[in-house]
Amino acid sequence: MDVLKISQEKATEEAAEALIKLCPFGAISRKDGKLEISAACRMCRMCVRKGPAGVITLESVEDRRPKVDKEEWKGIAVFVEHRDGEIHNVTKELLGKARELTKVTGQPVYALMIGSGIKKSAESLLKYGADKVFTYDYPELKDFLMEPYANAFEDFIRKEKPSAILVGATNIGRSLAPRVASRMRTGLTADCTKLLMKENTDLVQIRPAFGGNIMAQIITTNNRPQFCTVRYKIFEQAKPVEHPSGEIVPMELPEEKRRSSVKLLKIEEKPKEMDISEAGVIVAVGRGLKSPADIELAKKLADALGAQLACTRPMVEKGWFDPKKQIGLSGRTVNAKLIVTLGVSGSVQFAAGMRNSECIVSVNSDPEAPIFNIAHYCLCGDLYEIVPKLIEKIREGAENAV
Amino acid sequence: MEIIVCVKQVPGTNKVEIDPVTGTLKREGVESKMNPCDLFAVETALRLREEYGGHVHALSMGPGQAKAVLLEAVYMGADDGTLVSDRAFAGADVLSTSRTISQAVKKLGKYDLILCGKQTTDGDTAQVGAEMAEWLGIPHANNVMSIEEVKEGKFRVRVNLDSCITTQEMPLPSLLCMDADVVTPRLPSYRRKKGTEEGAVLKVLTLSDFEDHDKAHYGLSGSPTQVERIFEPEKNVSRENITGSAEEQTERLYGILKQRKFV
Repeated sequence: MDVLKISQEKATEEAAEALIKLCPFGAISRKDGKLEISAACRMCRMCVRKGPAGVITLESVEDRRPKVDKEEWKGIAVFVEHRDGEIHNVTKELLGKARELTKVTGQPVYALMIGSGIKKSAESLLKYGADKVFTYDYPELKDFLMEPYANAFEDFIRKEKPSAILVGATNIGRSLAPRVASRMRTGLTADCTKLLMKENTDLVQIRPAFGGNIMAQIITTNNRPQFCTVRYKIFEQAKPVEHPSGEIVPMELPEEKRRSSVKLLKIEEKPKEMDISEAGVIVAVGRGLKSPADIELAKKLADALGAQLACTRPMVEKGWFDPKKQIGLSGRTVNAKLIVTLGVSGSVQFAAGMRNSECIVSVNSDPEAPIFNIAHYCLCGDLYEIVPKLIEKIREGAENAV
Repeated sequence: MEIIVCVKQVPGTNKVEIDPVTGTLKREGVESKMNPCDLFAVETALRLREEYGGHVHALSMGPGQAKAVLLEAVYMGADDGTLVSDRAFAGADVLSTSRTISQAVKKLGKYDLILCGKQTTDGDTAQVGAEMAEWLGIPHANNVMSIEEVKEGKFRVRVNLDSCITTQEMPLPSLLCMDADVVTPRLPSYRRKKGTEEGAVLKVLTLSDFEDHDKAHYGLSGSPTQVERIFEPEKNVSRENITGSAEEQTERLYGILKQRKFV
C-alpha cells in the first residue's frame, strides 16, 4: 500500500507552482507556505513521476489488512443472465472469455444460474464450456428481485469460493454485481473492455478511466472474489464444444433467504425495437453535424448502406437523438461489420462502445481527432462534401447493377 | 418525507489526455459542473417534496470546490447541502466511496429515501448507489423511471430492465438510482441564489465526524482495487489514410465499400 508523502522542506514556491500546474485533477494547492493535497486526488501518481524530484514521494505503509489466501479461491464464475431460462448472449461471451482466462491458471469455469424451472436451460450451458453450473432453482426466484438474488449469489460465493466473477453489464448485472461485491467487501470494476489473467490468479481489468482518453489497468491484489462487469458485444461468444463434460450442481438456499421486502407487482414487456447493438451496419454521427436538419443527410447515407443510424453522447444531450441510439460507455456497445462515423471525434468512452467493429470508416475535419487512431479508413475532410458524393455513388452503383 | 439526494461535481469537459511529449496527464479547461444525471435525481426529490412535504438534503463527496454543486442543488430548491471532504478520502474506489458516503448518510439522521443519478460522466461506473444501499442495509433499485403512491411506509416504482419494465412495491427507507431523462430538471432560481447565505445552508463533514473513523477504511487504503498503470488507448495499426480532394476521397472509399461487398 502506497501513500503520497509531501516533503515541505523541498516544497519551494517554484516546486509548488510546478506541481499545481502538473496535477490534472487540481488537487494540489499551497496554503500558508504549505503544500497540500486535497480530496480531489485520484492517486494517478503524476506528481511523483513527473514533478520536481523528492517533493512528493510514494511512501509504503504497512498494509494492516490480513493477507488473503489466494489458494483458497479458485476458478472463474460467470453469472448467467436469463429470463425464464432464455439465456442472454452476454453470458456466452463471458463463458468464452472465462475459458480463455483459465488456460493461464488451469482452474475451472463455473456458471451461476438463479431462477425457477431452469434445469434444462442450465444444461445447455455445459456445451459452452462450463465445468460446473450451479443452480438455485426455486419458485420465489422466478423473476429478478434484488434481495433473494443477492442472497443466492452470496451463498454461492461463500460455499464455492470462486477467485473471479464476471457479470454482464446489463441493467440487472449492473444492479446486482455492486450489491454483492459490497456485501463481500471486495472490489468491482465496471465495464471492462479487456481482461487478462496473471499466474497468481490476479485478474487484470482494463477500462477507460478518469473520464478521458486514458485507459487504466486495475487489479484487486488482496481481496477475493474479484468482481467485474463486461458489456454485451465486447467479447466473442464461446464456441460450443462437441462433448460437454461439465455437470449441473443444484444448490440449496434456506427459505428465509428467499424472501424479499420488495414486491414485484407487474411486468410489462417492452415493444421489440431494433437495438443498435444488433445492427450489422451503422452510420454514427457526432458533433461535426451542424444542425438537427442535417441528420437527414446521415439518414440518407444509412438508407443507402442499409444501416442503422446511431450517435454520440453530445447528440443525445442536445436532444437530437433518443438515448437508445447512443454508442459508448453510457450508451450501447456495438460490434458491427461496418460502422461509418461522421463528425465523431472519438472520445475513449465512445470508442469503448464500437472499437471491436470489423470495419471502421471515419470522416472528420480534424486530422488530430482520436477517432482516426482506431479507424481502419480515415477520411480527413468535410462530411458535407464527402457524404452527398458518396450517397450519389452508391445510388449510381445500385442502378447500374440492375 | 426526508430525502437525501446525492450529487457529484464532474469536469466540464471530458478531454483528459496523456501528453505524448511529457507523458503527463493534461486536462483541457478547468471548469466543472454538476454531473448531468444527478439533475434528474434532484428534480425528482423536489417534486416528491412538493407532493408529500418534508425536506431535500443534498449530499456530495469531493474537494472543497464541490460546494458549488451543493449550492446549485440549493438554488434549484434543496433545503441544505452537506459536503463530505477529507484528504483521507483521496484515491477512493467504488467500495471505499460508497462506504464514505454511507457513513455521511448515517450522520445526517433519519431519512426516508436516498436518490442518486444513474452514473457520473467522469467515473462512468454506475455502481456507487447500489453499494451504498448495501452498506446501509436498505433495498435499492436502479434505472428508476418514476416513484408513486408513497404511503404507509411503502411506495411504488417503475424500473427499466433491459427487456421489460417492472412495477415494484418497495419499503421506506430505500435507495433509488434514477434513470436519465425521466423528468425535466428545473433551472437554478436566481432569487434563491440572491437570498441564500452559503454558511446557513452548507456544512462539511470530515473523517473525524464519522462513526467509523478508522483511516484504513477510507481513500486509497480502503480500496480493494488499485490502478496498476494508466496508458493511452491502443492505436489501430492497419489503417489507411484516404487523402486528396473530396471527390478522390469518395471515389476511393466507394471502391473499398464495393470491394468489401458493403454496397
